[in-house]
Parts: sequence; C-alpha cells; structure tokens
Amino acid sequence: MRKEVYLDNSATTKVLKEVADEVYKVLIEDYGNPSSLHSKGLYAEKTVREARRVISNFLGVEEKEIYFTSGGTESNNVAIKGAVKALKRKGKHIITTSIEHPSVLEVCRELEEEGFKVTYLPVGEDGIVKVSDVKNAVNSETVLISIMHVNNEVGSIQPIEEIADFLKEKDIVFHVDAVQSFGKISLISGLKGISLLSASAHKVYGPKGIGILYKKDKIKIEPLIHGGGQERGLRSGTENVPGIAGFCKAVEILEKNFSLWKEKMGDLKERLKTGIIDLIEDVVINTPETKSAPHILNVSFLGIKAEVLLHALENYGIYVSTGSACSSHKKVKSHVLVAMGKKEEEIEGAVRFSLSPFITEEEIDYTLDVLKNQVKELRRFKRR
Amino acid sequence: MENTFLLSFGELGLKGENRPYFERILVQNIRETLKGFENVEIKKTHGRIYVKASVEQEEIIKRLKKVFGIVAISPAKSCSLDIEEIKRAAVEALKEMDYKGKTFKVETRRPNKSFPLKSPEISKIVGGFILKNVEGIRVDVHNPDIEVDVEIRERAFVYCKKEKGPGGLPLGSNGRAVLLLSGGIDSPVAGYMVMKRGVRVFPVYFHSFPFTSDRAKEKVVDLCRVLAGYAGKVKLHVVNFTDILKEIAEKGKEEYLTILMRRMMVRISQEIANKLGAKALITGESIGQVASQTMESLFCTNEVAKLPILRPLIGFDKQEIIEIAQRIGTYDISIRPYEDCCTVFVPEHPATRPKLESIKKIEAVFDVEEMTKRGMKDLEIIEITG
Repeated sequence: MRKEVYLDNSATTKVLKEVADEVYKVLIEDYGNPSSLHSKGLYAEKTVREARRVISNFLGVEEKEIYFTSGGTESNNVAIKGAVKALKRKGKHIITTSIEHPSVLEVCRELEEEGFKVTYLPVGEDGIVKVSDVKNAVNSETVLISIMHVNNEVGSIQPIEEIADFLKEKDIVFHVDAVQSFGKISLISGLKGISLLSASAHKVYGPKGIGILYKKDKIKIEPLIHGGGQERGLRSGTENVPGIAGFCKAVEILEKNFSLWKEKMGDLKERLKTGIIDLIEDVVINTPETKSAPHILNVSFLGIKAEVLLHALENYGIYVSTGSACSSHKKVKSHVLVAMGKKEEEIEGAVRFSLSPFITEEEIDYTLDVLKNQVKELRRFKRR
Repeated sequence: MENTFLLSFGELGLKGENRPYFERILVQNIRETLKGFENVEIKKTHGRIYVKASVEQEEIIKRLKKVFGIVAISPAKSCSLDIEEIKRAAVEALKEMDYKGKTFKVETRRPNKSFPLKSPEISKIVGGFILKNVEGIRVDVHNPDIEVDVEIRERAFVYCKKEKGPGGLPLGSNGRAVLLLSGGIDSPVAGYMVMKRGVRVFPVYFHSFPFTSDRAKEKVVDLCRVLAGYAGKVKLHVVNFTDILKEIAEKGKEEYLTILMRRMMVRISQEIANKLGAKALITGESIGQVASQTMESLFCTNEVAKLPILRPLIGFDKQEIIEIAQRIGTYDISIRPYEDCCTVFVPEHPATRPKLESIKKIEAVFDVEEMTKRGMKDLEIIEITG
C-alpha cells in the first residue's frame, strides 16, 4: 500500500474509530428525536444532555452555557451577528483582527454594509495582535470584540487572556474563535472574561457538521435560525444527535490524552521544523517561534509555487495545504501572510503542515526526505 | 389523435444524391439519443422525420435539441386526413399554448396533393373553427402572436410552436478529428463547432501533474461530459506531459517556451489522430488573443502539422466565444478557478513574433521524435457518456 501521511489536520481530521462507532450506533440504534415523547426520544435527549455535560466540563463552564451548532462557521456567525443584533441600541462598533477566519471577516464586512463600524487590527510579523492596539481601538461605541485564539494558517497564539483581563471591567462582548485551539492548547480555565466561544468537532477527530457555541449565561444574543425552539431557542432544528454523540466521545478521549498529545505534536513539529531548516535552503518559517500552537507549521519555500509543491507531495501520499492558490487568471493571496507583511515570494511559496498526535517520527522523516527531493526538483524550473 | 414531434432538417435537403446517407445517419443518431425511452417510434418521410413518443415532452425536446442536423422541433398533434379531425386537433394544439388575449393565424402546407381542399381553404376553415371554439383569441394575419401550422402529408399535423434545433450535419457523417482540449473557454467551443458539422471529435488533454492538478483534469472530464451530451459518447485521451514539459523548460529558451510546448502538443495529437484515423486537428485559437496566437506564432505552430489544423474560432472575439460557451453549457465549467499551474512555464515576456529558424535551432537540441513517442507511451483513455 502506498504510504499516506496526512499533514492537513487544520483543515479536518480523521475520525477516531471509537467516535465513528459511537456515531454509527446512534444512527442505526438510538436514532430517536429528542423532542419525541416516547422512550426513544428520551434516550436521544439523554445522549444530548450527557454530551453537553462532558463538553462543558472539559471547558470548565456550566452545562447551560453550551449550545450545539453545525460547526465553527455557524458558531462564528451566530456569535457575531446575534450579539450585535441584541446590542444595536448600545453602539455600532466592532473590533476584530485582519487575520481572522473568513467566517468572521465576511460577517464583519456584511455588518459594515448594514452600518456598523469595524476596526480590523493589524498583526506583527509574528502574526500576533498587540494588546495595546486592542486597548486603543476601544471607544464608547464598541459593543463587540472578536479575536481568534489560534490562527489557522500560521498557528500564532493571540493574547486572549490579557485582552479578557483588560475587558474585565468593561461592558463589551468578547467573542473568541477557538476552532483551531480547542483541544490543542489550554484555554483560560472557566473561560474567564470570555462571553462567546466557537469550536468544532471535526478538527479534533470528531465528525463534520457539529460544533458548539459557548455563551456566558448573562450574555444575550439573537438567534439566526428560528423554528421548533431547540437549544433553548438559540438554534432551532432537530439536534444532530449522532454528531453530538460523536463530539462527546471525541472530547472524552481528548481530555484523557490532552497533555500527552500536545507534547507529542510539539515534538513532531520541532522535528519537522529543524529538519526543514537543516535539509533545505532558502526557507522562511512563518510560524512564530514560541507563541504558536503545537500542531501548525507554516513554511515558505522560496522560488516555488506552493500549489505545485502540494501536488508534487501528494504524489508521494503526503497531504498539506497552501494559503494561496495559483491560477493563471488571478492570484488568491493568503490574507494572513499579507497582514504579517510577508514578501510576494514568501506568500507564493507558503505551505502549511498541520499535525495530529497519530503521526509517527518515521512519517516526519519520510516527509522530510520527499520534501527535500521535490523542492530540489521543482527549483530547477524556477522562472529564470 | 396522437402526439408527435415533427423534425425538420434544413441543409440536408441540399445534399442531392448523398441525402439518403445523411438522413440515415441522422435517424440513427436520433434513435441513439432516445434509446432509453419506451414506445418511441421514429419515421422518416420526404423532408421530415417524425418521432412518436408517449413520454414527457420536455425531456424528448431537451434530447433532440442536442442532435446535430435537426433545425427545428415541433411538438405536433397528428390525425387522419379528415378536416373535422384537423379542426379539433388545431383547437387542442392551441389550447396547450398561453393563448388568452393573443392573436393568431393559420398557415397550411399541403405536400400531399391528394387531399381535396387547397391550402388557403384549409386555413380558412380551421381558422373559423378556432375563432368559434376558443375564447379570448383574435385573428391577425400580418403579425400573429401564435402561428397555427397545418401540414397535410400522409397524415395531418398541427402545431403551434417550433423549438430551434442545433442545426448542422448529423454527427458521424463527416469523419473524425482530434481536439486539443485545455479546460479553458475556447477549446470546448471549437470542438462543439466542428462536431456540429458532423465530425466525430476526439479530445486530447495534456496533463502535467504536479504543475496542473487533478482538479484541472477533472474539469476537462466534465467538459467532455457536456460535449458527450451532443455526441452520446466521447473518448478522451490524456497525455502524460510532465516529463516533456520539464525537458522543454530546461533546454528551451524562455520566451519560446509556449510555442515549443504547442509544437510538441501538435506532434503528439497528430500521432493520436493517425491512430484513430482522424484527418484533422482542432484548436480553439483565435488570431491575436494571446502571444501564442499571433499570426507569426500560428505559423510556427502550424509548421509541424501534416494534418490540417481546424480553427473554427479564428475570427471570433472573446465575447462571442463566451456567448456560445454559455449557450452550449461549457462556460461554467471552464471558468472554475483551478485552471492550471502552468504559469511556472509561461514566460514573463513571450515572443509575439517568433522566428521559425530560431525555433528550429532551439529544437535541434531535443530529440523531438523520441519525445513524441514518450507522449504516446502511457496514454490514458477515458470514455465519457453524456
């Protein structure tokens, strides 16, 4: 069998066997609707309740503060739109950063159309926003601040704790997009100072189509989806019980292995990084040295189009991703690398490796070996 | 009374003694496209083809609109040669239209002269009957909203609407050609145009993984599926071009890369054409559209060809090509973003006036014949049905 090294775990992950089994069981055995009055409905309701308990426990929050959604994008949408809608009489200013996920940036752009003012904070060349910039951007109109915990392209960790601390005395809703950090690095215990937080199951070996929104009890937000009043009216629609059960199982396993996995990924990342630096010339590491998540490494191979390298690697069973796509008509550049002030050549050659704890050291060495040869091969066709 | 589709085919009528040949192929193609349907009867008479079908009208029309050679499709009521029946058929046909508040006239053709009434008389009788029996409709012989057509043949046919067919000549009536298909907007349109003239087209795609992705190849397969909608089946040849491309890029001169590449593509396509018994190549080139399509560039590309290169888009503007692409259904596929990464090999300043001698001098360092053979080596052939 061909070797397969999946290094695109920030895009999505392979579901754990135990999780898949759980989902399967719910799909064909415990398939009731939690709203049904009979015992099958009751059983489904219990499954959802148990999941809410496990996940809230993992985050150190209360059960009633967890709402199930269809995933990270929906959580970000309802958090931001729902919060500003509830607060529109108070003010119309939003603060976010220029390196957020599109599910935050596009929502903000739409709100601008509706008359909101949005400040997009810059980041340093390390991909990290400055707390002082956040402080300076706040004004009397500010109702919401939305900042990601870990950046999905370069892995930089944002100073969420300090911002939360600064906002402690203020009446501003603080939303954190934790899709990339959930289960990977620790969040503030009990999510102190955070009003809203988004996370998704399929980034942590759970199924696609299920996510959560944490909403601090006293924060009011308006729903986007109306109907049968499920999830206490915040998110109508029959609960995705198989997804919820799978998410629960994934979190249970995650919780047990948290430190171990974090350390393992950190070691693998270090091995990959030093390997690249040792073996390949003209590379730029875009992921910050210290303040970065253990599973993301972004590297620019100068003189190479990242997409071509991506395809060359997939020929050897190695799957990575790029921030920018090359098409002869238009160049789609990574907004994150642009915000970090990276040069054209660095952006064009940027590849993201994202790890899981299930990758072996041998697989990293194999990747390094292929990488070295492919980069060398492709550089022969560098535009002269 | 029966539901019948009356098909007319314009140009075939001009084919003199070859006409039966073309008609036979056309009937065969119609039969092929309607194969899946039950109770379909196809009949050919002088100047018309009749399709009797008990299935959903819309679906039949959709299929027939993709059969080259058909100029018009009229869903008609057919009845015996009895004026009373014809009157009733006319009312029925009209009532299927959105007729309230509209004007109409009756137009009669009578190739069957054994019918006792003459055309103007028939029109008059049928028109009078319609006026009496259909409410909210008026006569306007000069500018009618609806034309009720009556045709007196071995049976009578009445119809009120005419759908345009694609025209052209029946597919397979004019030999074979190989199409250089890239995934862009132009080449599928070029293929369509030549198919329309009855030529069976064999697309060739030059895959250059990892410089072009598998998605780019998938796009070409999808384009072939659209073309197969007009041809029933399309056989796509995929050439593994990576090695050849690399060699050209390494040994060639930057500003000539595109021309060198195209010359290799023509050579390989020609080999494939020979294998298939195809007598021409087709490209989507249009004069001056890009550097490789200037007159000088076309001359240099053409120089390696022994077969004629058909360039049906040669005088078309981009916008005109886009309009056809939209009409035939290839445009939305062609504009998918992952076109190709061949940009690595697109020179910054391509030669717009390449000199043949310079190209030949550069090519002297290559073993062109060996490279052509290499291109023919692991051909992937994909059969795509519409």
